[in-house]
Amino acid sequence: MKLPHFEYEAPASLDEAVALLVAGDGSARPIAGGQSFVPVMAFRLAEPSMLVDLRNIPGLDKIEITDAGVRIGAMVRWRDVLDDARLVEALPLLPAAIDHVAHYQIRNRGTVGGSLAHADPAAEMPTIALTCDAVLEVVGSKGQRSVKAADLFMGPLMTSLESDEIITSVLLPAWPADRRWAFQEFARRRGDFALAGIALFYDEDASGAAHNVHIGAISVGDTPLRLAKAEAVLNGRKIDEAAIAEAAAAASAEVDPSGDIHASARYRKSLVGTLLSRALQGAANRKAK
Amino acid sequence: MKSSTHPQNTYIGGHVERVEDYRFLRGEGQYLDDISRPGQWHAAFLRSSLAHGTIRKIDASAALAMPGVHAVMTAADIEGNIPTIPFRRPNPTIGPYAQPIIAREKVRYFGEPIAMVLADTAELAEDALQHVVVEIDALPAVIERVHAMSDAVLIFEDTKTNIPTVFNAEKGDIEAAFAGAHYVIRDQFATQRQTALPMETRGLLAEWDAQLGQLTVSGAAKLPFFNRTTMANMMNLPEEAVDYIELDVGGGFGARGEFYPEDYLLALGARKFNRPIKWIEDRREHLMAIGHSREASCDVELAFSKEGVILGMRGDLYINIGAYVRPNGMTPVRNAAQFMSGPYRIPAIDLDAHAFVSNKTPAGTYRGPGRYEGCFFIERLMDQAAGALGIDRLELRRRNLLTHEEMPYPLATVLPSDGRAETQCDSGDHREPFETVVKESNWAEKAHLQGQLIDGRYHGMAIGSFIEGGASGPQENVRMQLEADGIVSLYAGSSAIGQGLETVLAQIAADYLELPMERIRVFHGSTTYLKQGWGSYGSRATVMGGNAVIDAAKKLLGEFRLHAAKRLGLAPEELTITEGVARAADGRSVPLVEVAKDGINVDGFFKNQTPTYTYGSAFAHVAVDPGTGHIEILDYVVADDVGRIINSMTLHGQVMGAAVQGFGSVFSEELVYNDEGQLLVGSLADYLIPLATDYPVVRCISLENYPSPTNPLGAKGAGEGGIIPVGGVVANAVANALSSLGVQPKILPLSPSRVWELIEDARARA
Repeated sequence: MKLPHFEYEAPASLDEAVALLVAGDGSARPIAGGQSFVPVMAFRLAEPSMLVDLRNIPGLDKIEITDAGVRIGAMVRWRDVLDDARLVEALPLLPAAIDHVAHYQIRNRGTVGGSLAHADPAAEMPTIALTCDAVLEVVGSKGQRSVKAADLFMGPLMTSLESDEIITSVLLPAWPADRRWAFQEFARRRGDFALAGIALFYDEDASGAAHNVHIGAISVGDTPLRLAKAEAVLNGRKIDEAAIAEAAAAASAEVDPSGDIHASARYRKSLVGTLLSRALQGAANRKAK
Repeated sequence: MKSSTHPQNTYIGGHVERVEDYRFLRGEGQYLDDISRPGQWHAAFLRSSLAHGTIRKIDASAALAMPGVHAVMTAADIEGNIPTIPFRRPNPTIGPYAQPIIAREKVRYFGEPIAMVLADTAELAEDALQHVVVEIDALPAVIERVHAMSDAVLIFEDTKTNIPTVFNAEKGDIEAAFAGAHYVIRDQFATQRQTALPMETRGLLAEWDAQLGQLTVSGAAKLPFFNRTTMANMMNLPEEAVDYIELDVGGGFGARGEFYPEDYLLALGARKFNRPIKWIEDRREHLMAIGHSREASCDVELAFSKEGVILGMRGDLYINIGAYVRPNGMTPVRNAAQFMSGPYRIPAIDLDAHAFVSNKTPAGTYRGPGRYEGCFFIERLMDQAAGALGIDRLELRRRNLLTHEEMPYPLATVLPSDGRAETQCDSGDHREPFETVVKESNWAEKAHLQGQLIDGRYHGMAIGSFIEGGASGPQENVRMQLEADGIVSLYAGSSAIGQGLETVLAQIAADYLELPMERIRVFHGSTTYLKQGWGSYGSRATVMGGNAVIDAAKKLLGEFRLHAAKRLGLAPEELTITEGVARAADGRSVPLVEVAKDGINVDGFFKNQTPTYTYGSAFAHVAVDPGTGHIEILDYVVADDVGRIINSMTLHGQVMGAAVQGFGSVFSEELVYNDEGQLLVGSLADYLIPLATDYPVVRCISLENYPSPTNPLGAKGAGEGGIIPVGGVVANAVANALSSLGVQPKILPLSPSRVWELIEDARARA
């Protein structure tokens, strides 16, 4: 579990970083906090020729809140998210989810962009991005482009990014003040990879019926998932006991998780329903501001 | 309880802080990885990726061509037979199952060493591993009990069976006991494969001095003297030509410090190439290479009278000991048979403990070996029997717990003998810690919570009891030397594995010498300090080492008296010695420091073949979330009687640490293999040990009502007891919580997934 040999550069600009990736011809990798990818290297599951460290590139570590929403720089660390008191109002789902990320040592180093690029279906940030209809800004040899979170995740640890593309920021669209939301996750120990997790929000119309229901699921597929059938159950309905039970059943039915050494597939399927039901109860009972 | 024969106490029994902690907290600990030598090479081990197979070819040429790679050693580098690792507890039938120090024709487990790469750095050595080509023809992997015990595939082709030994534990008339029974409960249970997981992985630095013909092995733990003898024999060197040096050790728990294949290979490389060779195990190889333990199952029966008195216990235990019999691989097996009766009065016993080999990592001891497993089995039977008999669970135990009047109480005799066939509980009244726990847990006030669904969680409670063997014989040695500055240097054969040995031995020495603790300096564990010593295993260091300290202290004071008397021109008996000063009746005195130049140096011994038996009880209050299968420990109380408390802080540290380690056993730790015999657990993200924040509520109560009659201190070994009852107590509390559903946990661990499935299946049945 010693690291394989690799070259290391820490350029001061995105242009230089992209040039290094281009020169690496697919075998150079950008690295941010290193909390996921360095262990992958130590296990010799990846042996990049070069690590291009993004730490010296200015401007990637800002959290900006505008009318469009919350823009988070790729090098923003989990600790920065949790320390930013504005987010509790601007996007409360985000800090609630990030509070479940690993252990504090890891939260001090791990980054938003790194987690999105790593694309672990058991991680929180990819599911938050997907649930919130986030849009990523990426830069590469062909210039800058925007990528919807829904188009990013292709499989476990696989994204649609080119090997010379670097995520620079992610925009989470603006959040109405009276939006209802909840985050539920269950892991074997606090900070471990989730056995399953649910992130959700919805808005209510004047009659109290839910609309714009967004439900994301963690760790029950090859990628972060939106639970479209459970969303369809709830859209246009009041979130009461019957609706919750129906949505939970739909959620369990529409996921097809695999079993592993930590939990059976059957358990994970059920857990999605349990967590969705608890999340909906929490969202419905949360006092509106 | 203090005997009048003890000197004035100041330290023993006190709340004395660990003297080791200053060193650790200042970052001044010296672990193996803190040590390096100029010109040293680093070793990395190529390990089998198959569980069972025949080695066809090993080609290291590409690895050897890499810059900085100096050698790749394989079985071909060893002339004649491949040496096997000797047994610490031999018995007549295990010979053919010993582990060769490197695989030659066959590999028998995933992780078995095939080659050792020596290179300038650990990174280079690991790079080179990827370039050693090994071809292995796969043989069928034998993983599970039924397959292994069928002998359909023999793991050792020269033997007739995969069952090296069946230990029988016997006592009384078992036929009569069951014939006269009013009620018999029979059931099957299983505990999962685990390892002790010391936080510091194994590591050694081997150095060869060609001119002196001297081998020095740094990084010793647990039993340096036995390992020195083993190494000397295997290397064909005189014992004096081998030194084992103990450094700070990040935990042992029975697994670290045994003699492993790597120990020999590192020494062999150091000698062959005349280079210091260093190796630190990484966590992935640690999980596949260090001794595993605890993979046990059973089919057992308890016979009761109408009044709930246990009449007899019989049945079969099955222990998966992995691919080879390691130095103490049979200890958990024979222990499970001998100690399953635990704290209960059982007049007739007939248990067969079957040790079977499989294509998994070889097993050894882990804290409370065999006792944890046996306690889970019998405590689960006791609670189920209480329900069937209609007797309150606590009352059923009260009718069967051993009392002071019955001491010494003989346990079952275990044959074939490994030197410990017969044993007996030495002293105590098992009802006392039990009632202490009943009271401290507020059982009566909480009893109404049992089985209740409160805020979405089911509440349950249980109390179980245990015995813990300690003070492993046969002897421990210490040496005391009076230094020029009046400090007393204490050299102990016991080794420190994080348990606070320096503190405890210094306390005992200080009390018996009547000196401040600051004047005692403790050195331990290395073979350079003493001609012979034993070490720290089987909860022995405080009892065996501590009593040897008393012997040395008395001798040192005797020497002080002689030398002081000479200076004063008096007969020795005319002097009074108190607090480091010899005083004559006429007012003249000689302080200890003054006789230092006389060169006072004494040896102390303690010989004892009689184990001590600490005993105790534990309480758990759990809340079970039926939606997630999560179990929260709301309260946990453990009380044990240790004969005599030397240091309540280190004692509580041992008990609390062991209890939390037990929660890891019950809930989350498991070494999972697939059907091909590959270990699926490769990191601490897979092997889930308890975190410091996971179990905030563990309360310890220590009693010292019945000193052990086996030793002058009256102390009993106390390092393991805390872990023994955890499986049984927690599983019973979960059964109690889920009693409305009829859930009976029989297999550990109680992972969320397993608990949820138990609940779902029970609901489906209902």
